[in-house]
Amino acid sequence: MTDDKDVLRDVWFGRIPTCFTLYQDEITEREAEPYYLLLPRISYLTLVTDKVKKHFQKVMRQEEVSEIWFEYEGTPLKWHYPIGLLFDLHASNTALPWSITVHFKNFPEKDLLHCHSKDVIEAHFMACIKEADALKHKSQVINEMQKKDHKQLWMGLQNDKFEQFWAINRKLMEYPPEDNGFRYIPFRIYQATTERPFIQKLFRPIASGGQLHTLGDLLKDVCPSAVAPEAGDLRFFMHCTHVAMCSHRIYHLDKGQVKRDKKEGEIKSQRGVMWLVPGHTEMESRRLK
Amino acid sequence: MAEAEEQQQQPQPAAPQSGGRSDGGEEAAEGGAAAGAAEPGPPAAGSPGTEEPAGDAKKKIDVLLKAVGDTPIMKTKKWAVERTRTIQGLVDFIKKFLKLMASEQLFIYVNQSFAPSPDQEVGTLYECFGSDGKLVLHYCKTQAWG
Repeated sequence: MTDDKDVLRDVWFGRIPTCFTLYQDEITEREAEPYYLLLPRISYLTLVTDKVKKHFQKVMRQEEVSEIWFEYEGTPLKWHYPIGLLFDLHASNTALPWSITVHFKNFPEKDLLHCHSKDVIEAHFMACIKEADALKHKSQVINEMQKKDHKQLWMGLQNDKFEQFWAINRKLMEYPPEDNGFRYIPFRIYQATTERPFIQKLFRPIASGGQLHTLGDLLKDVCPSAVAPEAGDLRFFMHCTHVAMCSHRIYHLDKGQVKRDKKEGEIKSQRGVMWLVPGHTEMESRRLK
Repeated sequence: MAEAEEQQQQPQPAAPQSGGRSDGGEEAAEGGAAAGAAEPGPPAAGSPGTEEPAGDAKKKIDVLLKAVGDTPIMKTKKWAVERTRTIQGLVDFIKKFLKLMASEQLFIYVNQSFAPSPDQEVGTLYECFGSDGKLVLHYCKTQAWG
């Protein structure tokens, strides 16, 4: 845990320099200057952009303003995906700062969920945590917690308090030593190569023969196309608040996988740089051009 | 958009009798079903992996819809639902079925514990949280579980 803590910290404090620009067709009373912000990878767009909203609303007439939403190169950005995931999924090849367009009109109902208040984000975040614990511990750990512990997780995220968050999240990451791991590993695989939603399946950390499953085993099982020889070189990004523990103790990368990624300078070099998410390990694969 | 279909194997899905019978035992039955639902299915290693083609071929899954609290029940509880249908799609369907106003909220819960996000697909939830060949979902007009 002590080794992991540095990584957890790096993960927690990962930031993406971002430039917000108002959409050209929005009607303003005077010119809207772009707004720059360092976005925390592990947070949500609508949770950390109050200042962006205020900044642009200053130059707009009240009646022109409705629900804010964000877009990158024509793709509406889902606020309920962690920021780091959005960046890696849609913009990892872009030059920084990441250029996000801000809209106040024509909310894309088909693509985005509404987010009228912070309560909506909190409910979504807690649902993710609970779903992950259902897989990890049959919900036992999350159910044994008190309401104030749940609140502390959320407040930790909302106020960017690493210690506050991890004091509670630590319990969600424990398992009895004799179990050698969680019941199932909570993970989601997002693919930049397809429009389909994420892949999520049951996967045990331990094989029936007793040996630890590797990340390669998982990918072979749930996303065979991604590791097939004809798939060519794929990059995997891992996002997770606790991926350090996963990578040390659960996802022992098999040698072939590490080698391949070393060649591309990916997984290993990404460690501690990007990732995130409440409970789930979010994985994303993309084909290298 | 395709509607959820009534389950063929159910003998008299719309008969008030069958609905009434299960209503009577609603509370008790609820507890029993919940205990079952809380157990995620067997490990992926065995059946689902080897039966992949069959699983893919089967485009629909069985979903059992249960009302919570004073939310109206549905006479037909078991529905065959396309795997790719989203939770939002299911919410819209239930609201229409129960003739709720569009403005009324409806929450859906898995395992009586968490509310999946509206864009989550029922097929994925079935893979992870289904048991006995079906996915049990609870629905409610107010937030039931934090």
